[in-house]
Amino acid sequence: MLLFVTAILAACSADRGAEGINDPYEPVNRKIHAFNRGLDARVVKPLGAGMAGEGDDGLGSHALEAVGNFGSNLALPGKAANHLLQGRPAPAVRTSFRFLVNSTLGLAGFLDPAGKDFALPEEDTDFGETLAVWGMGEGAYLELPLIGPSTTRDAAGRVVDLVLDPMRGWLNRDQYLIGIGARVASKAGERGRFGDSVDSILHESADSYAQTRLIWLQHRRHELGEEGEHIDPYAE
Amino acid sequence: MTLMPNEIRQPDRRGFLGLVGAGLALAATPAWALDTNEARALIQTSLDEVYAVINSGQPPAQMYRAFEAIFARYADVEIIARSALGPAARQAGAAEFADYRQAFQGYIGRKYGKRFREFIGSKIEVTGARPVKSFYAVTSVAYLKGRSPMEVEWHVSDKSGKSRYFNIIIEGVNMLASERAEIGAMLARRKGDLAALAADLRQAG
Repeated sequence: MLLFVTAILAACSADRGAEGINDPYEPVNRKIHAFNRGLDARVVKPLGAGMAGEGDDGLGSHALEAVGNFGSNLALPGKAANHLLQGRPAPAVRTSFRFLVNSTLGLAGFLDPAGKDFALPEEDTDFGETLAVWGMGEGAYLELPLIGPSTTRDAAGRVVDLVLDPMRGWLNRDQYLIGIGARVASKAGERGRFGDSVDSILHESADSYAQTRLIWLQHRRHELGEEGEHIDPYAE
Repeated sequence: MTLMPNEIRQPDRRGFLGLVGAGLALAATPAWALDTNEARALIQTSLDEVYAVINSGQPPAQMYRAFEAIFARYADVEIIARSALGPAARQAGAAEFADYRQAFQGYIGRKYGKRFREFIGSKIEVTGARPVKSFYAVTSVAYLKGRSPMEVEWHVSDKSGKSRYFNIIIEGVNMLASERAEIGAMLARRKGDLAALAADLRQAG
């Protein structure tokens, strides 16, 4: 365990490259990317298209939204805990209220009255962000099988989120697995809804690995408030 | 009761200095200079035109040409194309670069225009503008159907001699950086042949 932590800290302290990208595992990452891309084309995309295929207002998309709500609701206690660990009590309290409202009035989380009627929208966070708040560097870029883009810091965060999820203590094993299944299903549904964006990056760019890496890192840094300098092309 | 000379001179001198200061400020700010209001208005106008095309219901191919024209009117295509090409832009001949720039403009119109369906029934609200370094950042929020609101930032400069935007940043994702990576990869595939890249761009997007 200590060795694992030391290895991560060492990897995280490495400098970002010229383009603000630190990718020492690029050869392995590219192989995993090719696998993920094939999986997307053959499995996730057809599945997502089927789930979102009934049109914007069809029954299918409502059912999918409910399943997605159910899955995300179960993730809220973990998020509240992370907000607290980041020293942000206000979002931790709001997230707890959101969980209480949606678990009761929202019929076990299938509906979202907290977001629709109580102005308590989802305030996303995870242990990767907690590590960032605690001062850990971003680390190396990673592409994980099935999961997709990440960094050594975020991958470590995912492991901690999974191990320390408070819901694991409250639900039995079957209930917990159903919750995880709901979240995976809603991810496939998102693939259907945002299909054009994913297609454009994953299947239409000249170097889909480099495009995915860049776009994901920029978005993640924006979420964490770690964006770099603005580009000024006139000064170059 | 006579006023002490000091008491008379003080306000006078301040008034004079004030006038000089105002004159200097005027001289330093030519009438055509870009300000936050103008930057904001530029983005608002270009958005209005984009939405007019989206809501026109014309066939997609016609829409892409209309988007390209709007892009050419409000964006600094020259600097965006140059920056996307990177160091290779410095070695390119004028005619060769102009051909690539034209191809790039059409590619952008198609690539981003293709996404128009996501914007049907949506709205983008311009929320503010602020100076950043030597340019202006105009902030806006995009409300797309079934998605949480997205921050969209536009970078506007008058360095080309006209007020134009040169970058769009959506939730942290930077169009200029993304096109640098894409055009860089396309150029590498053609082993640095700019004419071949331009030909590929005419097929892409």
